[in-house]
Amino acid sequence: MRAASPSPQTVRAAGRGSRLRNGLATATFTAAIMLVLSVVAFAQTTLLNVSYDPTRELYRDFNAAFAAHWKATTGDDVTVRQSHGGSGAQARAVIDGLDADVVTLAMQSDVDAIVQNSGKIAEDWRARLPNNAAPYTSTIVFLVRRGNPKGLKDWDDLVKEGVEVVAPNPKTSGAARWAYLAAWAFASEAFGGDTAKVRDFLARLYRNVPVLDTAARGSTTTFVQRGIGDVLLAWENEALLAIEELGPDQFEIVMPSMSMLAEPVVAVVDANVDRKGTRAVAEAYLNYLYAPEGQAIAARHFYRPYRMQDAAPEDAARFPQLKLVRIDDPIFGGWAKVQPEHFGDGGVFDQIYRR
Amino acid sequence: MAAVAAAAPGRWRRPGILPGFGLTLGFALTYLGLIVLIPIAALILRTTTLTWAEFAAIAASERVVAALRLSFGASLTAAAVNLVFGTVVAWVLVRYRFPGRRVLDAMVDLPFALPTAVAGIALTALLSRNGWIGGILEPMGLKVAYTPAGIVVALVFIGLPFVVRTVQPVIEEIDREVEEASASLGANRFQTVFRVLLPSLTPALMTGFVLALARAVGEYGSVIFIAGNIPYRTEIAPLLIVIRLEEFDYAGATAIATLMLLISFVMFLVINLIQAWARRRFGDV
Repeated sequence: MRAASPSPQTVRAAGRGSRLRNGLATATFTAAIMLVLSVVAFAQTTLLNVSYDPTRELYRDFNAAFAAHWKATTGDDVTVRQSHGGSGAQARAVIDGLDADVVTLAMQSDVDAIVQNSGKIAEDWRARLPNNAAPYTSTIVFLVRRGNPKGLKDWDDLVKEGVEVVAPNPKTSGAARWAYLAAWAFASEAFGGDTAKVRDFLARLYRNVPVLDTAARGSTTTFVQRGIGDVLLAWENEALLAIEELGPDQFEIVMPSMSMLAEPVVAVVDANVDRKGTRAVAEAYLNYLYAPEGQAIAARHFYRPYRMQDAAPEDAARFPQLKLVRIDDPIFGGWAKVQPEHFGDGGVFDQIYRR
Repeated sequence: MAAVAAAAPGRWRRPGILPGFGLTLGFALTYLGLIVLIPIAALILRTTTLTWAEFAAIAASERVVAALRLSFGASLTAAAVNLVFGTVVAWVLVRYRFPGRRVLDAMVDLPFALPTAVAGIALTALLSRNGWIGGILEPMGLKVAYTPAGIVVALVFIGLPFVVRTVQPVIEEIDREVEEASASLGANRFQTVFRVLLPSLTPALMTGFVLALARAVGEYGSVIFIAGNIPYRTEIAPLLIVIRLEEFDYAGATAIATLMLLISFVMFLVINLIQAWARRRFGDV
């Protein structure tokens, strides 16, 4: 009987309920608006840098420096996200739709692959930045066990009987391609360009390789942790990092008489930045790599900066001068020629192993 | 009543516990299509950008043949090892009671849960020249890491749970009385094992073998660290596929993948036929 007429209590309760509902609705609405706003803000100031494996530490430092620089010059916040992996695999990811604003890969041929297979980068990308879009370079050196027990000094020591060489697979690793080409350049000079002898030299070298890891880091592990091999063909930056991490009491670096000038390259992914509206910040990001601070950071992370004078003196001292051959030198004639000829299906590297 | 009447004309329209047969069948087909058939169709479709001659050239190339032989050879070896020793493990876990049995039972599943790359790195660390096991084996002249033997070890590791977990429930089903009856009728131990126990275990053994084999054939992560990856000697077919991808040769990569699928399909078909024959021969248990 009491239930027939609503008691003041239930009315109040209903009122509270609707206020609660209103409150909830308002909160949801506000949250939705904030979410939309934050997504918009997020999209404008987030860059994705798709890079290769050993640049992880370099870009962690560089991104922080760039964010501070961007804030100081424009007042805007920018967050740079990093993606790392094998250089070729990263190029494939961008071709297949990874939303990279910039790519910073181990080799020109990987960026060329993006140009050819997806058209997401304009063909003139190498002309848009100084030094053919290579803000820092590196080279291939020998990492040997302490005291260099086998007395390995140069490339021709590596083909000797009983020497074990650890190198990654040129089919799957950027570092490995540079190492292969460095050996080729050495042999080519030693044999006066006699291609048959050069091939034989390379075949003997790779006969001494007991394990072909798929990537540079894997090779470092095989050499350092598993104790396999007398010498590791490594990126100069990886070798310096290994010495720093493990202490100079176990390993030392041997500089061969000549090596390759390895040019990791950077490019803005045109199709993606135009769609996302991030072109200005993406271009500023890559340009900052060439600024004195960017150059100093690269040197600190064991990369040879494009302008050595911007590096801290103690960093610059770590890069001894040696004869460096460029991929564009006449002996190779550029990546467009080298890639299919040496590393393509049935190319010279495959022929080395052909039985 | 209606259900029974409906069941009478077509044997496949048996009333089941799941409501709405049409709906569930539709769901099953859609689900299977989305998860399995469409990706595989996409794979084969990418291969069709090649002409027959190009496909045949890839299939016949010495390097591809060597890699496929290694992949399937090592997988068959590993599955055979698992068939024998997995069955022993399953038998011991079911029929004997000992301290730590449950822990051991749970450990069988570990290879399922472990990322295979981690397994590969751990096995390589153990078996390489300065590892615990490799340090003992290599001075004896037994090189395991970076040889085909290392590949088999990795594939045995990742394939073990498949055999154990398919055989285990069947062993649980077999009554001890069957063994006792066979013994009391004058059979010796070998006769009991080979004429009484194994026939009823055969279907499960075959299934476990096929699962372990299938898993091993496609395995990449655990093998890549222990294999050595030297062309013609320790290069597995999945690595060759990755190499083709690194060359941005999608068609070449999918061609090798399609080849692997074809070989696997034929192999499983043959094993299924043997299984069907075994069922007719020994009766369904």
